[in-house]
Amino acid sequence: MPAGHADVPLARDPSERFLPWLVAFMVYFAALALVSGMALHKLIERWDSGLTGQWTVEIPAPDLAGNATEQSARIERILALLKETAGVTSAAQLARGEIAELLEPWLGSSALDEDLPLPALIAVTVDDGSPPDLDALAAEIGRIAPRALLDDHQRWLGRLLDLARSMQAVTAVILALIALCAVLAIVFVTRTGLSVHQKAIELLHLMGAHDGYIARQFQRHALKLGLRGGVVGVVLALLTVLPVGHLIGRMENTLLAGLALSPVEWGLLALLPAVTALIAMVTARLTVLGTLARMP
Amino acid sequence: MIRFEDVAFKYGTGPEILREVSFHLQPGSFHFVTGPSGAGKSSLLQMMYLASRPSRGRMSLFGRDVESLSRDERGLLRRRIGVVFQDFRLLDHLSVAENVALPLRIAGRRSAKVREHVAELLAWVGLAEHANDRPATLSGGQQQRVAIARAVISQPSLLLADEPTGNVDDRIAVRLLYLFEELSKLGTTMVIATHSEALMSRFSHPVLRLGEGSVRLEAGRPASAASAPAGSAA
Repeated sequence: MPAGHADVPLARDPSERFLPWLVAFMVYFAALALVSGMALHKLIERWDSGLTGQWTVEIPAPDLAGNATEQSARIERILALLKETAGVTSAAQLARGEIAELLEPWLGSSALDEDLPLPALIAVTVDDGSPPDLDALAAEIGRIAPRALLDDHQRWLGRLLDLARSMQAVTAVILALIALCAVLAIVFVTRTGLSVHQKAIELLHLMGAHDGYIARQFQRHALKLGLRGGVVGVVLALLTVLPVGHLIGRMENTLLAGLALSPVEWGLLALLPAVTALIAMVTARLTVLGTLARMP
Repeated sequence: MIRFEDVAFKYGTGPEILREVSFHLQPGSFHFVTGPSGAGKSSLLQMMYLASRPSRGRMSLFGRDVESLSRDERGLLRRRIGVVFQDFRLLDHLSVAENVALPLRIAGRRSAKVREHVAELLAWVGLAEHANDRPATLSGGQQQRVAIARAVISQPSLLLADEPTGNVDDRIAVRLLYLFEELSKLGTTMVIATHSEALMSRFSHPVLRLGEGSVRLEAGRPASAASAPAGSAA
């Protein structure tokens, strides 16, 4: 006997047309949220580890009335102080070119001409296990150069990390809401299907079909629609993510550099249609079983 | 086979349609169920094919108290019951052959066996050439034969038919009941609901007569112009 036709004609329902598109848009937004979440995770990881154990001494540029020789002497004395301080593993003054490179993302290369007064920067590496006393060291540096600043980056880095983590949490909430919407859409469509095909379902039930037999018809249908919508959604997401990723890839020296997705992350993105289809299938099954349980 | 003890039935919170219904049908018996419109013929049959539960009393099928059955057991029991519905309940999106095959597919029978059985049965009801047609393209009588073929394909122990002759002329109605008699002779317990006294009088089977909410079992009378009786009532 040909088994080509399902006992419940779900393939003729209007849901066959609109549900895959609904799922596609949800998967599209979920994919974007997922990519954002993964990029934020990378950013947090990089900021967190990149500046650990790195302090900076900033000595403002001498004003017009200032004495450049005196400035150099102060820098030398600060370098000597740092090298003698316990807990400091290295201290080196950044060259003007290095400072310009750091400022380039904000000011652009054209603004950094020779006439622009730049502060002197000393990169200090401290022993993470026993770092020097920040306040005491800052006071000693202040005695040499009153306007100098010793920064362990924790204040701004902490704020930046808090912001990034908040955004990551928002991304997770968005993903959860999208999943919830998808579940509700599948529940609605399944219940509509149960209502539309009530007579066929009742007939199967009276012929001795177990609940699982009837549920399989709906879950197979939901799996198919979920997979179809999921694939379309991911393709649309790729069409968005790839150009943006290409643009980010061109920004070599910026805060956003190095955010390209790894093969594992691409794999996670590719799994999205399968996960969506699975959610659709399980939701449809549970909805049908819940409804059938009320039949005698 | 079927035992009702002081069974009552009502829809929701409405009045009792049936009350104090008690009878016992032996395996292989043939019974008519009759009564005026609204007497509860369909409700009685619904309880027998486990579509409804009694509101009171005790009912057992195949020696099992239906209230004690688990959900899966009720499903398995339903597979032993063939039902010819008054409105046929054929699935329009399936072909005639697929409709007839439905009980076997539900029971998980293998495709090759199913195909063989369906072909045999469609030939038996004279619809072999309509195997691939949709039910909607058939006449009322042909649809009824499809419904009968579907009801008997799994060789049920109990066959229930609700007004199976309602849509056909007298000649076909009698032929249909001969068909049911043949099945009964093979061991299937038959319960046929009909309002046609004329039709029942042509057979000598006992009658469950419904009226004023209760059921009275009448022994079979000599047939006016039909075959010998095949059933027996307890």
